[in-house]
Amino acid sequence: MSILLSAIEFLHNEPVRVALIVGGGAALVCAVVGVATVMQRQSFAGHALADVSSAGGSAAYLLGLNPLLGFLGLAAAAAGVLEWSEIREARERDLLTGVVLGAGLGLAALLLYFAATVRNASGAALTVLFGSMFTIPATIVPLALAVTVVALTVSALVHRPLLVSAVSVDLARAQGIRVRAVSLAHALALALAVALAAMTVGAILSTALLIGPAAAALRVARRPAAAVALAAAIGLGATWGGIILAYESFYWTPGRGWPVSFFIVALVFAAYLTAGVLATHGPRRAAAHPSGCEAH
Amino acid sequence: MSGTAALSVEGACVALGGRSVLREVTFGLEPGEFCALIGSNGSGKTTLLRAILGFLPLAAGRIRLNGVVGAPGPIGYVPQKIALDPALPLRARDVVTLGLDGARLGLSWPSKARRIEVDRMLRAVGADGFAEQRIGLLSGGQQQRVLVAHALVRRPKLLLLDEPLANLDVRSSAEIVALLRRLSREYGAAVLLSAHDMNPLLSAMDRIVYLANGAAVAGRPEEVVRTEVLSSLYGYHVDVVRVHGRVVVVAAEAGEQIHEAVARDPVHTASVP
Repeated sequence: MSILLSAIEFLHNEPVRVALIVGGGAALVCAVVGVATVMQRQSFAGHALADVSSAGGSAAYLLGLNPLLGFLGLAAAAAGVLEWSEIREARERDLLTGVVLGAGLGLAALLLYFAATVRNASGAALTVLFGSMFTIPATIVPLALAVTVVALTVSALVHRPLLVSAVSVDLARAQGIRVRAVSLAHALALALAVALAAMTVGAILSTALLIGPAAAALRVARRPAAAVALAAAIGLGATWGGIILAYESFYWTPGRGWPVSFFIVALVFAAYLTAGVLATHGPRRAAAHPSGCEAH
Repeated sequence: MSGTAALSVEGACVALGGRSVLREVTFGLEPGEFCALIGSNGSGKTTLLRAILGFLPLAAGRIRLNGVVGAPGPIGYVPQKIALDPALPLRARDVVTLGLDGARLGLSWPSKARRIEVDRMLRAVGADGFAEQRIGLLSGGQQQRVLVAHALVRRPKLLLLDEPLANLDVRSSAEIVALLRRLSREYGAAVLLSAHDMNPLLSAMDRIVYLANGAAVAGRPEEVVRTEVLSSLYGYHVDVVRVHGRVVVVAAEAGEQIHEAVARDPVHTASVP
């Protein structure tokens, strides 16, 4: 009975409701986009977008705008730069990605300094970089839901051409797939996912929500659809579980509770480790390659 | 020759970065014909295949597929050296399914007709035994079978394979060649297969396109693989030697008249001892 009462109290709390909705959308989008991103080996690009988006989040704080708009704007701009640069060679792409990432974080440092000195918003840095789910304003919800729907739609549209591209870009082109257009669509979805994740767990930690559940799912799933479903379950479980744990931590930690981002990222990490154990000791894998895998 | 050629390459020239890579390449393929595209590394084999696929523009000449320029039907293609990531969550079956509908947008729903088609294709290439395994965990020969199924599942009239026998052992090579030979007849698809060694293909090929330094001679093997024809192609004397049922093309002298690209690799189609 007391559990039920506290559950009702939990769900009647507006910051909690906003956190559950925005975080849930972010987790879903990240799962879907994250699986494709890991399969395209673009995890590093995903992280770079997140770091660059921190400058947008910072600017939004400085100007008093909707922070999601800030994250979105710069993540999309950075995705555009990386996409239009047309670099296919992995090493060069990593270099450009690294340089863009550094420039973005540097800009964020300046904007956060202004936010602290000019607007006296010294908490902005912590919120932008590491997230603060219980302080997300309710006014964000419609935009967050719209971004969620757009990102899921774009991902669903291009998922088959993207899979062929993951096997081989030449194979995709021979099949008549417009590889550039598909890649651009995926970059857009990635920017949307990163912005939602930055809103949820902060720009720095957004990679954890984007890549973590996807990487864990890909360790055990044998099919793309199963990987997406499992990643979604892990992402939603970690996000909502993290919100519940952080909410509860008001009662069992000294002070005012621990940050939601910590709990979410810790749960994602635990899922990744568990998937690793399942992948190496699970019955399926053992049957798939009977011993001696490392012999050669 | 009857009906429309599956492929006709007419005086095709390709330049890459200002350098002429293919010069006046001309040949044709009828439906169901099996053609080997032979040449050493750097002779332009991959460039020719990419030009046929429309990945590279022609500087001159034209390429027609089923009699039409620039509006190709489906072309089956098995690219060179695909590194299939073992972590990719795709079973052999999924790869073949993507050959059927991978270009479509939107979600894919289970379809019985599609499953039957994919099952039939997997059986045709002898991949039904490992259809449910991850593509990245299969052996090289098994992966080639799956990629051939991916390429053929839309019933193209032309199948291009770029060095499909590289990295395969002798037995797997022979099996893949026999499989392609059989499927090209069954499906009425012209097969153009590139290789640096013609020997595994001797019994299978109806035609040969022999590339050297961007120029080509084409025809029936007995017309092309001859001392005077290949010497004329190379621009210096080479001997076509038949020994123990194998064909070896040997440059007569590794002297000053031999082209640089050849000096590095004087024995062109010799099999590895």
